[in-house]
Amino acid sequence: MTQLLTADAVTTTNAGAESARRAPVVVLEHLGKSFGSGAPVLDDINATIRQGEFVALLGASGCGKSTLLNIISGLDGPSTGALEVPEDGAAFMFQDSSLFPWLTARGNVELALKLRGVGRAARKARAVELLDLVNLGHSIDKRPHELSGGMRQRVALARALAQDKPLLLMDEPFAALDAITRDLLHNELERVWKETGRTIIFVTHNVREAVRLGQRVLLLSSKPGRVVAQWEVSEEHRTDAAAAGKLTGDITTRLREEIRRHA
Amino acid sequence: MPETVTSPLLKSGSDDELRSLEAGLDSLQSDAVERHRIDWSRILLPLAAFIVLLLAWQFYVSLGLRRRDLVPGPLDVLGSLGALWHEGTVQEAVWTSLQRGIIGFTVSIVVGTPIGLLLSQVRLLRRAFGPLISGLQVLPSVAWVPAAIIWFGLTDATVYFVMFMGAIPSIINGLIAGVDQIPPQYRRVGQILGASRWEMALNVVLPAALPGYVGGLKQGWAFSWRSLMAAEIIAMGGSLGFGLGSLLEQGRQLSDMGIVMSAILVILFVGIAVELLVFAPVEKRLLRRRGLLAGSTR
Repeated sequence: MTQLLTADAVTTTNAGAESARRAPVVVLEHLGKSFGSGAPVLDDINATIRQGEFVALLGASGCGKSTLLNIISGLDGPSTGALEVPEDGAAFMFQDSSLFPWLTARGNVELALKLRGVGRAARKARAVELLDLVNLGHSIDKRPHELSGGMRQRVALARALAQDKPLLLMDEPFAALDAITRDLLHNELERVWKETGRTIIFVTHNVREAVRLGQRVLLLSSKPGRVVAQWEVSEEHRTDAAAAGKLTGDITTRLREEIRRHA
Repeated sequence: MPETVTSPLLKSGSDDELRSLEAGLDSLQSDAVERHRIDWSRILLPLAAFIVLLLAWQFYVSLGLRRRDLVPGPLDVLGSLGALWHEGTVQEAVWTSLQRGIIGFTVSIVVGTPIGLLLSQVRLLRRAFGPLISGLQVLPSVAWVPAAIIWFGLTDATVYFVMFMGAIPSIINGLIAGVDQIPPQYRRVGQILGASRWEMALNVVLPAALPGYVGGLKQGWAFSWRSLMAAEIIAMGGSLGFGLGSLLEQGRQLSDMGIVMSAILVILFVGIAVELLVFAPVEKRLLRRRGLLAGSTR
């Protein structure tokens, strides 16, 4: 808990200088992507994401957010520009949990461990540990269809953590959940992030969610996708309604401007 | 605060409060465990349908429109079945055919599965051999009987050959169809989790394709059982054992409709028994575990 408090204190007092000291995990330089001969989906993207950072990537539909994540994860390659990503790839969480329906919650987490080369005995204990971390210790032997949407996403989070990659990419993971569950999972994700020290890139089209979770919010324009603005989010923005409202308002205004350009 | 923006999300509640809230939501949102009981309608309804058909048959016979030795009633057939049972002919025929069926089907699975997996994974092979396999599945396997008799004579090899030609293409096609229907997202997840090609086939493709594969096996069994009967009816004598098809053909040669009807009914019952005792439980279990049973009429 003390560790948690100091982390908070640092973020509120000296966020910029502190994060600048950390090693960059993802560096994007003049990154562009187009499919076939069509108009570019991504154009001249520049960003540096540092070790342990939580970055929210915000944009309207069709801004190429998912394409960008695919490129960072190595599922797809860029058309132009260069990028620097962790050598062993990234963990990925999708909008739907994408759990395998023939495996139990534990089986799904264990499969990730197995494919990483963890031995059978260690696998079992580690899977239970990870499911406990997302407060699912009571449902480890249930199958995906027996779990609610929120529970499935928590299993998916445990599975992503089981991959043990320093970088975690999340593609609108909570978009399909009800409001109460989403609020809970915001807390859950924040806690897991602090406990595990992962670097997280979180894609969303929800401004409130971006402000609630990110230390930094990057705004992507649509067609082509480009980083057009960014905001630092401090702890004050998560606890003080006035500050949060102001920032949310600012970002929303900017986002709407971007969308209006396409009218 | 600007009017156009909904209120922002704020942190609230201690860790413990959130944990108990979450536990409450979990129990509200996930279903209670279902209990499985014996469903009597599954047994009584098919039985009732059977009795209705039997009564209709008896009614038709009792009208006396046809000669009794050409269209025997249920009781006549039961009588000749009893006589055959007493001689031990039925038991021998069922045992011989079932044994052949099981051996032929098992070999078909062992041969068909790797071929199906290979074809579903390698585009070049699939394009080359796919149409041929589909064609073989459509070709009635009885068509192979004359060729098989010329090649292998009246031996068990003839019977097995005809069965393989019926069952193997069907198993291959079932597996290919199962693999084709795998949601692309599963492979993507496998890729993200770092699966090699072999690990992907074993941990993702095969389990995901299992329902389609079992469907293919079921059809494969039907094809091999049919082919077996056809082969047994056409090829008799030599070193061939006495199967259900042979019994049927013998009844025809003796012009004994009691034997003919008995053989047909026994063939039918073996088919029903295999479906009810082997495939139905496997399929049901498979679907239930994946949550695919809700709302189906099974």
